Amino acid sequence: MTLASVLIVAAALIGIGLYGALSQQSFVMLMMGLELMLNGGLLAVIGLWANTMGGAPEGQLLAIIIMAVMAVDMAIGFALVTAVYRKRQADVTESLTTMKH
Amino acid sequence: MGLTDLLFFALSAVAIVSGWRVFATDSMVRASFLLLLSFVAVGLIIVMLAAPYIGVATIFMMTVEMMVMALFMVMFMMNPAGLNPMMMVHQHRFSIVAGVLAFAGLTVAILFTSFPGIPVDPAAPVVHDLGIELLGPSMLIFETAGVTLLATMIGSVILSSRSGRFGLADQGSRPPGLEPDGEPAGRQPEQGGGGHHHHHH
Repeated sequence: MTLASVLIVAAALIGIGLYGALSQQSFVMLMMGLELMLNGGLLAVIGLWANTMGGAPEGQLLAIIIMAVMAVDMAIGFALVTAVYRKRQADVTESLTTMKH
Repeated sequence: MGLTDLLFFALSAVAIVSGWRVFATDSMVRASFLLLLSFVAVGLIIVMLAAPYIGVATIFMMTVEMMVMALFMVMFMMNPAGLNPMMMVHQHRFSIVAGVLAFAGLTVAILFTSFPGIPVDPAAPVVHDLGIELLGPSMLIFETAGVTLLATMIGSVILSSRSGRFGLADQGSRPPGLEPDGEPAGRQPEQGGGGHHHHHH
């Protein structure tokens, strides 16, 4: 379990998440892609903390911040999905065209 | 190859394969449980990386979060049971290229970087250190995260409530009186506007 192998797993998760966030039409599936990218980021942060920082606690603090970002992302994302559905009856990205020029 | 390496490779395979299957399954509920599986595998890898608190917290948080997500799937989304084939994608080829490019670019960056090799001491009290850091030198950052979460709660309630953003929050509702059978407290709803008159006197 070298640092490079951990980081490559994290890179794979980020790649899959990016694919999902860009390709999915449904809002909720799109958010799953974002979560997967944050998951990869979390793994990379902890991998770097465990192997390059000698156990300085600030690395774990950054991981906790990432977890807070995940929670904010999910809560605001679902609230937006609810608001958009209530207003437009829309649950796919193609239904929202008002900001397209 | 030791037992640790085998476990790491198995967990990595679970994390990556289930992460990929999230976007390949027909059922959105199944997709959220696959994402949960991916998160749990990553959490266990984090525990193996000498960060038990973060790993366990990830597993707990993600379990609850994916339960909420599965609920939203059932509430909102088409085809939650996966009875029909589902492939709802746009710009598919571009997305695949972007994902592969991100992975390849990051991998090249990882392989060509020489990281400082200062591993964490296995005997170090990492959870204790984290607690001291959270409530000591970095308390302001920790508290900022807490306030951000509070703002998130308020924002999500405002965004998802039926009124609020699109009208008076108390329109059509009557707060209870300050004394039994007394006048309702607070601002009165507009007379004749809402059409709800509950005055009995």
